[in-house]
Amino acid sequence: MPDRRFVQKIDWGLLGLVFTLGALGLTTLYSAVTAGADVSQTLCLRQFIWYCAGLLLMVISVLFDYKMLERWSHVIYCICVLLLICVLLFGKFVGGSRRWLAFGPVSVQPSEMIKIAVVIVLARYYSKLVSVRGFTLRELSVPMIVTGIPFALIAKQPDLGTAMVVLLIASSVTLFVKIERRSLACLFSVCTVSIPIVWFCLKEYQRVRILTFLNPDRDPMGSGYHIIQSKIAIGSGVVFGRGFRKGTQNALSFLPEQHTDFIFSVLAEESGFVGSLLLLLIFLLLIIWGLNIAHGCREPFGTILAVGVTAMIFWQVFINIGMVMGLMPVVGVPLPFISYGGSSVITMMICVGILLNVSMRRFTIE
Amino acid sequence: MKTADRNWYKQRLTGIMFCVMLAFAVLIARLFHLQVLEGEEFRRLSENNCVRRHSIDAPRGLIFDRRGRLLVDNRPSFDLSIILRDAGPVSRTIEKLARYAGVPAGELRTKIRGESSYKQILLRRDIGRDALAVIEAHKFDLPGVIVETRQKRHYIRKESAAHITGYLGEINSDELGKMKNLYRAGDFVGKFGVEKAFESSLRGKRGGRQVEVNARGQVVRVMGSEDARPGHNIYLTIDQELQKKTESLIEGVAASAVAMEPSTGHILAMASNPSFDPNAFVNGMSHEEWNGIISNPFRPMENKAIQGEYPPASAYKIVTSVAGLEERVIDENTSYFCPGYYQYGDRIFRCWKKTGHGTCNVVKALAVSCDVFFYQVGQKLGVDRLAKYAKLFGLGSLTGIRLDNEDAGLIPTSAWKKRHLGVPWQGGETLSVAIGQGYNLATPLQMLVLTAAVFNGGTLCRPRILRDAETAEGEKIVHEGEKETGQLRVRKRTMNIVRRGLWEVVNSGRGTAKIARVNGIRIWGKTGTAQVISRKKNDTGRRKNRSLFSKAHAWFVAYAKTTKAEDHQIAVSVIVEHGEHGSGTAAPIAREMIKYYMGLPDSADDSARSHGAGSEG
Repeated sequence: MPDRRFVQKIDWGLLGLVFTLGALGLTTLYSAVTAGADVSQTLCLRQFIWYCAGLLLMVISVLFDYKMLERWSHVIYCICVLLLICVLLFGKFVGGSRRWLAFGPVSVQPSEMIKIAVVIVLARYYSKLVSVRGFTLRELSVPMIVTGIPFALIAKQPDLGTAMVVLLIASSVTLFVKIERRSLACLFSVCTVSIPIVWFCLKEYQRVRILTFLNPDRDPMGSGYHIIQSKIAIGSGVVFGRGFRKGTQNALSFLPEQHTDFIFSVLAEESGFVGSLLLLLIFLLLIIWGLNIAHGCREPFGTILAVGVTAMIFWQVFINIGMVMGLMPVVGVPLPFISYGGSSVITMMICVGILLNVSMRRFTIE
Repeated sequence: MKTADRNWYKQRLTGIMFCVMLAFAVLIARLFHLQVLEGEEFRRLSENNCVRRHSIDAPRGLIFDRRGRLLVDNRPSFDLSIILRDAGPVSRTIEKLARYAGVPAGELRTKIRGESSYKQILLRRDIGRDALAVIEAHKFDLPGVIVETRQKRHYIRKESAAHITGYLGEINSDELGKMKNLYRAGDFVGKFGVEKAFESSLRGKRGGRQVEVNARGQVVRVMGSEDARPGHNIYLTIDQELQKKTESLIEGVAASAVAMEPSTGHILAMASNPSFDPNAFVNGMSHEEWNGIISNPFRPMENKAIQGEYPPASAYKIVTSVAGLEERVIDENTSYFCPGYYQYGDRIFRCWKKTGHGTCNVVKALAVSCDVFFYQVGQKLGVDRLAKYAKLFGLGSLTGIRLDNEDAGLIPTSAWKKRHLGVPWQGGETLSVAIGQGYNLATPLQMLVLTAAVFNGGTLCRPRILRDAETAEGEKIVHEGEKETGQLRVRKRTMNIVRRGLWEVVNSGRGTAKIARVNGIRIWGKTGTAQVISRKKNDTGRRKNRSLFSKAHAWFVAYAKTTKAEDHQIAVSVIVEHGEHGSGTAAPIAREMIKYYMGLPDSADDSARSHGAGSEG
């Protein structure tokens, strides 16, 4: 099957962007783990292996027609939900929450996989009913359930950050296919009314937890300390940065999780404004590229699928970088392609595979 | 309905594109703000690394007895630490510090070897006020040296109630790994007793400050702070006065005595001798001290009330009586003749009284503790029916007291023996079991719960050690657990007959525990003498080795109430290891505990220790 025409149709620009990000990610990770004393240096090698595995899965997800996903969407979704339930039942306890499922030597986070599953199911549902009028509340009940189940399961772990990301991705896709004007107004008013009521019903300690979540300064010993250290790291990069592997904040292990959620701080300190801006622009280009693929696709399922996958990348980039710069609550959301973590890398590579798939087959019409 | 065409999608996508652009503009603006506009300020902060976290320890909750007498509190301890980065030149600072604090410089140097220069390194705990004064006076000569006042646990009553309060120890890496967000290396956590069982209430919550420091490590600005929240104060069910009295009664012997309010399950006293001083665990002890504790043959670290498993011996006859009456194997009037032995097959089972007890019904058999009577009841019941009642009384399973390392004892059944020893049950073994010997094992606390159940209408209380707790501000916290672990469904009549037997044990002329009788208090009880040597030797009826460790354990379980106030009642369980006779050694201890609790004066003659005042088997 991979003949000349197949190779010609591959979106080499998109691949180029992803490889650039991957290379940047590995170099930053190398700096983060070699300079800091706490983290094992084999992490780099493992991340590289994850990338290779991701690449393989990406190639596989390019080989078949993406319309297969439409047919299999329910199966994929159900498997992911089952895995999430398994996490709650048998998951590993790490730092007070259950997020991991161990399969022999590898642990996976089903909450990463479910993001793609939700996008696929929503794309299938919306593509069948999409119209200029927009979706009414009644039509939106199915998407609400489809999103609500994984949201509740992930929030139960508890991993409020990832749960919010699922909700944001689903909302973005829904807003893209348009909500009917009166329904939108209705949804909006329900939200504004219910927030104070829910707030009033919460217990005192729950309110404190939410306030601390929204404003890390309330917890100077925990997340507040991490944020100030992260801001110091980013800020001290100034315009041109300290240079590769010269970051001091990172070296002294002042940064928490410098190889996962706070990896952007390492990069920002070492490469300065110039380097960080470059990274942001690459991400922006990637997202525009994804939206362009959605635009190029001639049929609704492919378009909505591409938008959903792009929204997934966008929200994680925005929340992660916003968080380390102190613009957002401290939540455990990894930076796509850069943060260490197998589940994240593989999910992102599958996303790219789907985008490539849609891009290659945009002209085929059912 | 208009279908969505390419133009419509384009319009929607443009909207999204706009949002994405806006979001990235925000990120870039923030990046610009942090790195370009405020970058120099952040670089300065990073250069000096002057933002630090200082932790504020939470005062640990105090422990009181039921009447609010303080048992455990906190004392200040001055801990000496250093931050090498601020301490330059390090070698000179260390030398001076060694001189001022009176510590060998070599010891300090080994402490700082290989440590990170930014970390606060603990050099020595509890340096004492004298060393503190010298160091404070030379503070400017000692850069980077920090003296922190931390709380140190202090066990005011030393050995008294040590098995209940337990002790603290430095957290180990296992515990640290499990609860990383709650503790830090070097913290003290409950390792034993109430300190461990109620760790989560006692510990409170650590506070902290985020501060900016200058080059000498002194705080120049507090950037944010969070107060420490003290732990909850705990009120035990123990009555410290009764506890002390009980401890004085069992001094000098390896023994345990427990007292409980039979209606509530509140433990009033729980003594286990020998004991240990919990302060030694907090202050740190030498190898010799530790070896002395663990090599002591009387096991000071063991709380014998919940960890000591002994054959319940004749005290078990309560169970055999109830089982016999309930299963209608015997009734009130069933009598057997005791010639001093009982022949089972070709084997002779002796009664403890060689001359025999004559004709006994169940009440007399309990009063005189006739073995022959209960051999026959046991034989009629069989081991499995006996075990059913023993288990109903809570034997063989944990009482559920909130203390660590409780043992469940053992109630044998034929299935149990087949499973564990691989051989079928022998009929003769049932006879031993019926008088509480054989494989039977029970803790003093289990026997206490059993005794209380006979008198409180068959309720198996869950023994409680915690009365309640309160916050440092005095707000009560209710710790409601289940109050009982079971209810005996036994005829009232059965209990009345058994109670009559237990009454005669103490109050009739022929009773085995006449010694426990006290004017003005109504006391019921049952003695027991648990053979420690193997059954074979026991059968010969003659002990060859009379060294201490072959002597039998003495049991006494009792229930008492005053004649005046109906609700003033207490249940007591006493075991004296190698005390030989329940009546001679254990019963007087129980009697004195009861008298003390009921507010009667001590008896002038201390017959409590005199052996051989009575005897039974």
